[in-house]
Amino acid sequence: MPVWLDDFLWTYQNVVYALGINGLLALSMYVVLAVGQLSLGQAAFMGMGAYSSALLTLKLHLPFAVVLPAATIPPVLFALAIGTPTLRLSGVYLAIATIGLGEVLRAVYLNVDALGGALGISGIPERAGMVSIYGLLIVALAVLWLVARSGIGRAMEAMREDEIAAAVMGVNVRRYRLGALLASAVLAGAAGALSAHVSSFIGPNEYGFEPAVTILSYALLGGISSPFAPVAGAWILTLLPEALRGFADLRLVFNGLIIVVVVLFLPNGLLPLRMRRWVK
Amino acid sequence: MSLLEVSSLTVRFAGLVAVDAVDLAVEAGSIHALIGPNGAGKTTTFNLITGLIPPTSGSIRLDGVDITALPAFRRAGCGMARSFQNIRIFAGLTVLENVLTGLHAGLGSNLLDVVLRLPGFRRQERDAVARARAALEIVGLAGRADDAATALAYGDQRRLEIARAIVARPRLLLLDEPAAGMNPAETEALAALVRRIRDAGTTVLLVEHDMGFVMGIADRVTVLNFGRRIADGAPAAVRRDPAVITAYLGAKVAARLEAAG
Repeated sequence: MPVWLDDFLWTYQNVVYALGINGLLALSMYVVLAVGQLSLGQAAFMGMGAYSSALLTLKLHLPFAVVLPAATIPPVLFALAIGTPTLRLSGVYLAIATIGLGEVLRAVYLNVDALGGALGISGIPERAGMVSIYGLLIVALAVLWLVARSGIGRAMEAMREDEIAAAVMGVNVRRYRLGALLASAVLAGAAGALSAHVSSFIGPNEYGFEPAVTILSYALLGGISSPFAPVAGAWILTLLPEALRGFADLRLVFNGLIIVVVVLFLPNGLLPLRMRRWVK
Repeated sequence: MSLLEVSSLTVRFAGLVAVDAVDLAVEAGSIHALIGPNGAGKTTTFNLITGLIPPTSGSIRLDGVDITALPAFRRAGCGMARSFQNIRIFAGLTVLENVLTGLHAGLGSNLLDVVLRLPGFRRQERDAVARARAALEIVGLAGRADDAATALAYGDQRRLEIARAIVARPRLLLLDEPAAGMNPAETEALAALVRRIRDAGTTVLLVEHDMGFVMGIADRVTVLNFGRRIADGAPAAVRRDPAVITAYLGAKVAARLEAAG
């Protein structure tokens, strides 16, 4: 590795890691929006991945190669539990149920001593890095890209626009919704495990309503025309605060403003380019 | 045996009986029309047959198999396809991609195939694209395959819906007011298209208000009024049926017509 690149990564390591992790979170939002659902549970899934991975590493001393996949199991089980009853209903109900999930979990983290209570869990070894974070991001992007171009992608787009017509074409709408929520839980859970193992500390307030909205704003800003769009949205919203460091607390205001402006003027996001959904 | 056999089909919405003990038998290889004044329950009957709403009672058999309890998405796999009264094309997809969605039930796309792109998957996709292009050819939209579906004119959107419905070569095709909003020339072309679909082996059940169209094309006509079946038979017989004339024109006019001979 050239010296300048080494220096650069050393200086901006946290930002580079955040770009990869937030990219994964944006994809976890993308998969549910792509089937026309609105879930705000991504931050909660991320928190479950973070807490379970931290406990597996610190208490059971498992290697990270085991911890990372294992940390996606609790969010997946929760997605199953919450998805099965709520996915029969239309979007808003799922959004409310998943916001509730986030708040319940915050109370659990705060009040259960084994989870560190208000102090959170610290001293998590730095086991994640460029290879695990970007490796996973690239694999996730590739898989979602291939899916979007296939018959599955056509079915997702179809049910997003008209669930009844999609069902008449033979699309099992409920199965697709549940599949999307499970994929979302895997991606967000893995992102949580990765972030816990680069930041060494996790706390109960990192996975509440505010990060849930931030993750939604990644996908709103980039759009969901292809899996690359929400990742681009995440990168812009991750880099922007670095550029706006001087404004400190006003940074959240900027995030809010961006959402309002995008929803009003760019309903398809910054990258509305559509992709071909069939194989030549 | 009839391809589609509906017996004493009934659906109630909060006290209103929208479809009341309707019997319907559609013969294989025929064009069968379902007609009746507005609010007679024609589209509701279609929604029951395609599984979009569950019936209160009664049964639906396709080729002898009871499909009454089958969810809508499974009926596509049984060889049933339909178009909608209010056009329901997928606006974000191109014309070709819209038609490809019509093959969804038969494509059996699983995640592993999609990610690994095995030769079998690629062959299946290529075959699907070829079939979709052929369906567009049949309805006369071959040149518009790569256009956005929303760029099509109204009549072309209707034909796109038909292409999407016939691409999987269904055994039974349900068309809900296919001629609505079409001019006489377009209606004539549509009649020829429906006959061609029937000749290719698809049985057609259609709802239509354009009586010229119905009488010219249908082998058999079933008439509904207030959710009840009031007549059933060959077009010429149904047209002279006093109950049908009364339903369409009201008792007074019907009586005056009768008196005038």
